[in-house]
Formats: sequence, structure tokens, C-alpha cells
Amino acid sequence: MELCTKTASELIGMLRAGEIDPIDIVDSTFKRINDKEPDVKAFIAVLEESARKRAEELKDADRSLPLYGIPVAVKDNMCMEGAQTTCGSKILTPFEPPYDATVVEKLKAAGAVIVGKTNMDEFAMGSSCEWSAHHPTRNPWDLERAPGGSSGGSAAAVAACECAMSLGSDTGGSIRQPASLCGVVGMKPTYGAVSRYGLVAFASSLDQIGPFARDVRDCAMLLDVICGHDPKDSTSIDREPPDHVAALDAGAAGMTVGMIKDLFGEGVEPGVRERVSAAAEVFEKMGAKIKEIEMPIVKYALPAYYLIAPAEASSNLARYDGVQYGMREDADDIVSMFRKTRRAGFGAEVKRRIMLGTYALSAGYYDAYYLRALKVRTLIVKEFEKAFAECDILMSPTSPSTAFKLNEKIDDPLAMYMMDICTIPVNLAGLPGMSIPCGLSDGLPVGLQLIGPTLGEQALLRAARAFEIGSGICGMMPGEKMD
Amino acid sequence: MKYEPVIGIEVHAQLKTDSKLFCGCSTGFAAAPNHHVCPVCLGLPGTLPVLNRKAIEYVVRTCIALECEVSPASRFARKNYYYPDLPKAYQISQYELPIGRNGKLTVRAGGREKTIRIHRIHLEEDAGKLVHDASGGSCVDYNRTGIPLMEIVTEADVRSSEEAVAYLTSLRSILQYIGVCGANMEKGEMRCEPNISVRPVGAEEFGTKTEMKNLNSFRAVRLGVDFEIERQIDAIENGERIVQETRRWDEATQTTQTMRSKERAHDYRYFPDPDLVPVEVSASVVELIRAKAPELPEPRRVRFISQYGLPEYDAEVLTGSKAMADFFERAASLHNDPKAVSNWIMTELMGCLNESGKTIDECAVTAEDLTALLELMGKGVISARMGKDVFKDMFASGRPPAEIIKEKGLEQMNDETAISDAVEKVIADNPGPAADFRAGKKQAAGFLVGQVMRLTGGKANPKIVGRIIEDKLLSE
Repeated sequence: MELCTKTASELIGMLRAGEIDPIDIVDSTFKRINDKEPDVKAFIAVLEESARKRAEELKDADRSLPLYGIPVAVKDNMCMEGAQTTCGSKILTPFEPPYDATVVEKLKAAGAVIVGKTNMDEFAMGSSCEWSAHHPTRNPWDLERAPGGSSGGSAAAVAACECAMSLGSDTGGSIRQPASLCGVVGMKPTYGAVSRYGLVAFASSLDQIGPFARDVRDCAMLLDVICGHDPKDSTSIDREPPDHVAALDAGAAGMTVGMIKDLFGEGVEPGVRERVSAAAEVFEKMGAKIKEIEMPIVKYALPAYYLIAPAEASSNLARYDGVQYGMREDADDIVSMFRKTRRAGFGAEVKRRIMLGTYALSAGYYDAYYLRALKVRTLIVKEFEKAFAECDILMSPTSPSTAFKLNEKIDDPLAMYMMDICTIPVNLAGLPGMSIPCGLSDGLPVGLQLIGPTLGEQALLRAARAFEIGSGICGMMPGEKMD
Repeated sequence: MKYEPVIGIEVHAQLKTDSKLFCGCSTGFAAAPNHHVCPVCLGLPGTLPVLNRKAIEYVVRTCIALECEVSPASRFARKNYYYPDLPKAYQISQYELPIGRNGKLTVRAGGREKTIRIHRIHLEEDAGKLVHDASGGSCVDYNRTGIPLMEIVTEADVRSSEEAVAYLTSLRSILQYIGVCGANMEKGEMRCEPNISVRPVGAEEFGTKTEMKNLNSFRAVRLGVDFEIERQIDAIENGERIVQETRRWDEATQTTQTMRSKERAHDYRYFPDPDLVPVEVSASVVELIRAKAPELPEPRRVRFISQYGLPEYDAEVLTGSKAMADFFERAASLHNDPKAVSNWIMTELMGCLNESGKTIDECAVTAEDLTALLELMGKGVISARMGKDVFKDMFASGRPPAEIIKEKGLEQMNDETAISDAVEKVIADNPGPAADFRAGKKQAAGFLVGQVMRLTGGKANPKIVGRIIEDKLLSE
């Protein structure tokens, strides 16, 4: 078995035992990348040179570092010194940040080897990775299909074994939905659990960085490395972070798992509904109790999200004006320069959301749109609180469908937005959510979404791990037949 | 028709924090362009603001001094607009929930007291500065970007340029007293933008207002406000419509000119900044800050009158600046005649400061040196006349008075024998005036004393000289 197909925890065992060196993993990883990239195109930038240098340096470093020698990919909206950060946009080409994002600092300190920057929908706006200004990424399970988005590159890279784990960001489902479509584990932690410092903002009150991995244990390992309070992020939660790996094996016995009925209805493919419903039986088998929960408010999550997120984005993306960095289109006066630069630099979807958001914040519309959306958000928070008074965790499909064909939804923004219908409520409530593979439908992975209460990551991981054991679905790889 | 002006004043005061409002960069003045910058104040993608708590403390101090209500929870908001000196294309400011509201400041203008209500006090970050180069290009200096500014907005209670200047003078003094702002208008530490409209006396409704910028001194405020009031009255009298706009005071022509029209109000799309959490200032924190609050100018003025027996005018002038009042109190604690201390500060010290254009902070004379000089005069070591010259030297050189007196040999001559010799010589040389004095013409004494002083190089103690002349001429 090639090293690149092993999980991080397997590799760490071998590294600590002295059976292999970091450079062996790097060799295997870049062989894999060279092999797969022409098809998958998960990366915007492959950082082979710096990864090799890093692996050499690590040879004599402390092998007990938590991610010692592990190849990790980073979504291209996280800043890293010495590499470009484009956010999948022309407007940030070129932009080389002079600093490391907090998560990048933490990866480096943990001994990880960063192998590249992964592809994404422009400024993390999209659910298919097709709205990248660079190129679309393809789903390793079926190259005709999309990997999901916006963190499609990070999900596809892990699924194709081009790295052991990766980081993505999730504003409305951008980690969980591609994890679901690519058959890997992905988690959006509680808002504030992981520092956003160095994450190029899309919608600041919703954005959260999280891990992708091929199994739940690796996911917990990466979460342990990246979470924790950061004085550079005022919204980061100030507390001693728990040991997520240690919590993994507590089992699901005695847990109450709530099924959100409203997310199993219209628009959800039968194959997905079937697989996710079957997952409930696995939990019961593992000693958990299943409880059906009604949350009618979730149908307002999508419209509320498409006011709040674009409103924040319209302000966050205003700084790309050609003055200080990135692209600039020359013009005779400053206002024309702003206009020409932004017209040429942003893609259609980003422009659409900037316009939506600008409108929602405009005088005379603010109360009717932005403020009302905030009220819906508060109601969603309360509804989840009610559910968690009765349940330890909640479950639903992650995505209403399995991986869809490339170009299928690219001209239909609303159809694309519907891909996040199950994941968006979780962002609005600031809760932790994860997607784990729960089987295949027509040969394509189906994702099970688990939702926890605020800072309930341990409960989530514990249930997810119990599901892996109960279902036997763990470390699915493209090409395998699970049914 | 008679008109009355209606004026509200917005003041931007630069807070004296060591670091910027949302990052650790220095707020130091006069650094080379773009030397006090970091990824955060440059607004680079991915960066986040972290609030400087010191700035909040300073605003709360100001709220206490201006009797404002302090919001238990205030919020920062984004003010969105495009300008090349604004790196994030939004300014972090406060909108719906400012830190302070509903305060007041009572000032004296035109011999009567006037209370100006404070509408709100909020905190925001400064923008950068555009520098236009000779080739016609423009550069941006981001050193100022993110420097904390406190905006203090009055209600439209001001009715004249005199009241405007009185308000600003008093506000400046308070900001200096509580140590939150240098408040030097010439240095731009305190910027003032009055909103001015006029209306017929007795009218309820406000007229259309204009906002004025570029007022860099109290004098400019007085002249600018007066000009704008006149301009508006003239326009109305001529049947013209006042346009809502921002006007710029032009120091060279002493007029105001249109800067930009506000007819189509800019939509800043304010919304709460999701990168910052609400600022919580509990009642107990306010009390803690209140307990540490320094004495304000007004109570200090009253105390100067009662404690030191100073005249109203002296007390007002001395307490007008905290540094000056501190100087006086230090000197008064070292010398038993506070009125003499006050006189010397008000005439000699302030005279020297005015002449040199220096401030009391830049003055080389210490309170200790001034009182030493007063002691030397009291003991008769030098005359009061000579004391004034010594003081000028002290001001210029920063040296203590004893050193100057010794070096220049200025000690007063009190030796009666020596003075007696000089008097005899003067009488012998001036028989005429001596005869006049003997004949009862007392005014002839002045001439003779002057001659003795000339002869002794100004050093003879004039009191002793007078007595000896009298003794010699009248006892004969």
C-alpha cells in the first residue's frame, strides 16, 4: 500500500517507530499528485519545493509533534508567507501575503508539511468549485462530476489521496457539502473555535475554518491542532480547548440523536434519503436513541443566509480596489480605475452577491432585508437550543444530492444555492457540524450530517466514530464498492 | 429681517494612546511614510481588528468629564465608502450604539454662562493620507490609518462664533486635563467641523446647513464661522437658496469655498462590524474610572480663588491650561506669596511664551527656578527691575537665577559706606539739584537717586540710596 493512501494516524505510527522519514511520505505524495492532478485539478498551487525542504528539515525534528511529517493541503483563502493567496479570483492575482494565517502557523508548529493551496469557488462563493477563476476541480469518484464547493479542492485532494488531510472553510456548507460529495470526513467547528486570522473573509459572522480527513480520528487530530483561542481574532472563544482525540472512543450508547425531519423532505434525492435513514439504524444498533425533531424554521435559513452573507461580503470585498495589491486596470481617474479593476477582476457569482449585499444594506432597505434576516437568524438559534434540550446531537443529509455533473448547475444559481439547504442553518446558528460518509448511491458517496450544540465537537466526533465502527464505513476510497 | 445662526459642532480628537485603535502599530508623529504600518492597519486580506482597550478608557473618561451617559454595551459599525486612503474601503466607526450620549458642557461666552448639550461621543479609526507628488501621481501614506479618533458631537445649541470658540477652548482644556488628547489644533490633534445654518429670529425650523472643514486654529474658527453666517444671510437676502454642502475655509482668502455637495446624501451602508464583539463597559468600570478622574478646569478655577486668594481673572487664565495650572501650583507650594507667583507667571512667563511661540511644556524655566528668583528678590539680593532681566535670561538659557546673578555680578549693593561714597560724589557733581532738594523740591530726589544708580551700575539698593540722600541733604 502506498504511503499516500494511509491515514495520518497510520503514518504517525510509522514515523514515530522510525520505519519511514517525512521525505518518504513527500515522495509518495508528490508521485500521487503528479499522477492525479491532470485529472482532478484539486490544487491552485502545488508547493513541492518548499514541501521537500520542509521534509528534510523535519528529519531531525521532534517526532512527537502532533502532525509530524503529515502532508496537509490548505484552501487558497488562507494566507501563507511565501505562496500566493488568490481565493480562486483574478482580482487577487498576484497577491503574496506577508504573514501566516494562525491556522498555518499552527500547522507548521505541529510539524505538518504543507503540500499546496487548493482550488475553490471564487472567494468561497459556490457549491461546485466551478466558480474558480483558475479551473474547475473534478470529483475523484467520477471525473465528469463536481467535487462540491466551495472547498472542493481540499475535499478532492483528500479523496484522491493527494494529501492525508486538508483545511477548508465553511460559510454555508463549504466544508461539509464537498466532504459529502467526495466521500470524506469534513467538519465545521463551532463559530469561534478556530481562529479566522489570515482567512480571507467572505462573510465574517459565518466563516469558520475546519478539517478534512479520510476518517474521524484524523479529523479530530487536525481539529486539535488548529483550534484554540487567538488574541488576533476578537471573535475567537477564550477557553482551554479540549482533547478531541481522547474523546473519540466513548461510543454512542446512551446518546439521543435527533433526526431533523424537515431536512429529509422535498428536494432530497431518494438515494440520499435512504442512506441517511439507514444511518439512523446504525446509531440505534450502537445504543443511541433516535428522536424525530421538527424544525420548520429551517426553510427560512436559505433566504436569511442570502441576505446576511452577501451583505457582509459586499463590505469585505470592497477592499479589492486595485490600490494596494492584486490586480489593477489602469484608467484616467481613480473612480474609473476602481470600476474597471472590479469589473475585470471579479467573476459573475461574486458580482451577483456583492450586488445582493449592497442592496440589502442600502438606506431604506436595511430594516426590511438585513435586519429581518438577523431576526430569522435569532429564531434559528433558539430553535436549535430547543432541539438540544432534548437531543445530544442532530442528524440530517449533508447535501440533498450526490455529486452532480459539471456544468449541470453552473447557469442556475438558485439550483446551486439549494445544494446548501441542509448545511446553512448550522452556520447561522454558529454550531459545529460535520459530514461523514454513510454509503454510496449509484456509486457516488452520500454524506451524513451531524450537528452538535455550541462547542459540542467532542459529542459529534464520538458519535461519528461510533458510526464508523457500527457501519464499517471508514476511509472510503473512489473506486470501492460499498453496497 | 434679523437672523440668528444655529450651529452644531463636531470635534475629532486624536486619542493619546501609544498604539493604534485596532493593531499594535505606533501612533508616533512624523515617522517616514508607511513606517507605522502592519498587515492589520493596511487592511490586508485575512487580517482582523483587535480593539485597544485604552481607547475605550479614554472615551469613558471624556464621557464622565462631559457628563454623558455611558452605554453599557456599544458596538462598532462599518462605514462603507471608496477612497484610496481607506485601505479596507470601510472605516470602523460607531453608528447606532455610541459609547457616550446626552452630555453637556457649560462655557462662559460674552460674560454669561451657556450650556452646550453633547449629542454623542464615539470612537472611530482615522484614514490614511494622500500625498501628491510632483509628477502628478498620488501616493498613500498609511501611518495615520487606524489612529484612534474620538468624535464629540454637540446639539445645535451654539449661537455665535464667540460661543463656538468658548466651547472649543473649554473642550480643549478638558481633554488636556483628563490626559486623553494633546488637543493642539495646529497639529491636527483636535479637528473641528461646525455645521452652520441661519434662520429668522423667532423661527422654529432650522435653515439648510453647511459643514465647514479646514479650521486649524481658534482664530480660523472665529473668522470662518462669522464669514459663513454672513455669507448665508447675504445669500438669503438676495433670494438665493442655501445648498447643503461641505465648505472649506481658505486661510489665504479668508473665505469659505464649496468642497463637495451633500445634496445627494452618500449611503454609507452602516452595519455592525462582525469582526468585533460588542464593547461592554459596566457601571462598576465607569465608577472605577470616575474615581481616578483628575480635577477638571472649572472646579480648579474655583479652588484657586478660594485657596490662593487669586483674582477671578488670574484663576481663569492659569487654569485654562492644565500644564500652566500645574506649574502655578508647584511654584505656589514653594513660595509663601501665591499672588506674586501668579503675577510673575501672568506677566513675565506668559510674555516670554507669547514672544517665543513656545508652550509651557517646552519652557526651560522650572517652578523651582521661578520661586528661587522670587526669594532672591525678597531678600534684596537683586531688585525687582533686575529680576525681570534675570528672568528673560532664565527663559532663554534654562539656567537657575543664582548662577546668572553671580556670573553677571548683578547682586544688589547694600553696603552703606559704599553707597554713601557714591551719594557724596553725586551731590558734589550736581549742586543744582542738591540745592533744589534742600529747598524742599522733593522731586529732585528722583534725579539724584537715578544718578547714584547710574554710578553704581544699577546695583545700589534704591531704598538705601534714597534714605542716605535724605540724611545727607536734610541733616546739613
